[in-house]
Amino acid sequence: MTDWLIAIFLLTGSTFVLLAAVGIVRLPDLATRMHASTKAGALGAMMIMGAVMIAFHEQPEVITRAAAIIIFILITAPIAAHVIGRAGYFLGTPLWKGTIKDELRDRYDQQTHVLKSGPGEQPAAPSSPDRSEKKRQPRKD
Amino acid sequence: MLTIAIKIVYLMLSLSLLMAFIRLSRGPSLPDRVVSLELIASIVVAFVGVHAIDSGVASLLDVAIVIALTSFLAAVGFARFLERGAQG
Repeated sequence: MTDWLIAIFLLTGSTFVLLAAVGIVRLPDLATRMHASTKAGALGAMMIMGAVMIAFHEQPEVITRAAAIIIFILITAPIAAHVIGRAGYFLGTPLWKGTIKDELRDRYDQQTHVLKSGPGEQPAAPSSPDRSEKKRQPRKD
Repeated sequence: MLTIAIKIVYLMLSLSLLMAFIRLSRGPSLPDRVVSLELIASIVVAFVGVHAIDSGVASLLDVAIVIALTSFLAAVGFARFLERGAQG
């Protein structure tokens, strides 16, 4: 019975990891790749740690250690993704050509690092039906 | 039953390690490579967990803790390095 549970956890976890790897190879730009790898990869590692918790269920100190790994991954994966995505955006990595919305492009000053917001400083009418002008052109630098 | 499942899981994790390595070697910009390194670190954490189940050695989890910690610090360090103006 326990073996079945461990096997199910292991197989689902490694499936998620495999999907993350497929996403990181196949997806077109940095943000989408990060979207695939961070969430699915962290979930896969956490499920495999859950399998470890079930497998060593007679030793409480091992369960505590595996739970510590799960909590650590849960806390640090979003922080690492946020930090890398922020650095990648500032570096000007080009977005995918089918990207519809990039809200920072008109409001963020790359030199002074100031984000403009508020109703007085809207760059265009937000309810404009023409979305093509909001497409971000890939920068040439 | 469990041994077969563990063999399949080893195979899938190795395959995903290979794909992450493809992106690491091919990635057009430096942030892509950093993302791929992050994924490689979490695959290795999963590998260590599976090996702990396979061999019954619970001390291997300490290795997984250290790898997770190091990968997080490496990601933050790389991001600060990129923001300080590396040429990607």
